[in-house]
Amino acid sequence: MSSLRPWQELSPGGTIRPTDAEKPKTGSWRTGIKPLADLSKCTNCLLCWLYCPDSAILIEETTFVGFDDYFCKGCEVCAAVCPVGAIEMVPEETETPERWVMRSDESGS
Amino acid sequence: MAVKTQEGAQLLTGGEAVAYAMAQIDPDVFPVYPITPQTPIIQTFAKLVANGKATTEIVNVESEHSAMSATIGSALAGARSMTATSSQGLALMAEMVYIAAGMRTPIVMAVGNRALSAPLNIHCDHSDSMMIRDSGVIQLFAESVQEAYDLMVMATRIAEHPDVMLPVLVCQDGFTLTHSEEPLVLTPDEVVKDFAGEYKVPLPLLDVEEVTTKGIFALQDYYTELRYQMNAAMEAAETVIADVFDEYSPLVDRPFGLLEEYELEGAEKVVFLMGSTAGTIKDVVDALRSEGQKVGLLRLISYRPFPAEAIRGALASAQEVIVLDRSDAPGAVPSLHAEMAAALYGSNVKLRAHVFGLGGRELVPDEARAIFAGEAPTHVALRS
Repeated sequence: MSSLRPWQELSPGGTIRPTDAEKPKTGSWRTGIKPLADLSKCTNCLLCWLYCPDSAILIEETTFVGFDDYFCKGCEVCAAVCPVGAIEMVPEETETPERWVMRSDESGS
Repeated sequence: MAVKTQEGAQLLTGGEAVAYAMAQIDPDVFPVYPITPQTPIIQTFAKLVANGKATTEIVNVESEHSAMSATIGSALAGARSMTATSSQGLALMAEMVYIAAGMRTPIVMAVGNRALSAPLNIHCDHSDSMMIRDSGVIQLFAESVQEAYDLMVMATRIAEHPDVMLPVLVCQDGFTLTHSEEPLVLTPDEVVKDFAGEYKVPLPLLDVEEVTTKGIFALQDYYTELRYQMNAAMEAAETVIADVFDEYSPLVDRPFGLLEEYELEGAEKVVFLMGSTAGTIKDVVDALRSEGQKVGLLRLISYRPFPAEAIRGALASAQEVIVLDRSDAPGAVPSLHAEMAAALYGSNVKLRAHVFGLGGRELVPDEARAIFAGEAPTHVALRS
């Protein structure tokens, strides 16, 4: 953690801008499972992005491209809301990229 | 007795008067729940909105807790927001009042002060305001309908000042002011509109260009700093209130201050209190002065921030100050008594204090005379 700031440097009432805080690595205390997407099933409806309580769904423009393990807490909400069953929760040890860089063209679409 | 009436004066109750001030400011949102003696404020304001005098969205909520919650939400979203309440309503709201102040929400609230239950009582004392005395809200107390109106006109400028950003409560005595007609002069609509100006809140929640999080979690690392900010805001508020008063005063040709000094010149005994009872004390001061007694009145308008330094200055030549609290503090001393004792600590001014007017009990001139004479019981007019 960076050094703590004095009261004069805090915004009134503690309003936070995205640039105010260091990125909290919420993925460091993940539940032991993480999401894996089958992009051949994905319809790019972005419900996972809408429902994710953190910032773990990676999109480029309006296209789903994967998950950010840095933020993913393993809550399973994305898997629960996916209308086509494209997201599966897999054990932590499963090999997936630290930060997904899968492109839509890799899924053949 | 011939009463001199100011030109352009009209008769309004205190409740109506603050509702007129609100309509002239025309806030965006007014979430509110009715409670005696605040009800004339919401009734009058709703009528003014229905008649097209204001375009405010009135939100009829299910409780005062919700009223304050909605007021906080809309104010932080970027809409000028006001509410109004009394007594039990303020008690139910208290949780959210602390949150409003802690989140530095620039809302304005009209309060018709009323006793707290139990026993159930609808009449005036100041125990509702005292309950939230340390919440971090600014509280201004009016003596008259005219002053309640003027304070309401000025309140948004104080609340919304970037150095302040705190709720401002404009307090008037329940029934004595809220339901009593007095002559007052309304400030022209365009003058009020210009004076209030546009609502600006830094980093509004609905600004999609600069997204923010409000209502944060702060533990051992930051809670102290964020609560401490309110001390600086209150300190700034003392200057801001005086500046806003000075800016408004010439527009209406009436003086305003955080304190009112009445016959303090050469006064040896000075009564110190807030609210409409000052009128009775002034009459008694006049009578005692004509009998050759050196008495005076120091009336507190700005309860929070408490202008301790200015009070010490105003009482510099007094020998004795008599504090009248319109609220009690079982097991301790009430707020004004304690604040005054702190303000005078180390000075030679003697301090005496009484509790008066609980649940609307009148303080009559004979009792005021007994107070000055040192012959009144600690709880004025208590039967024993």
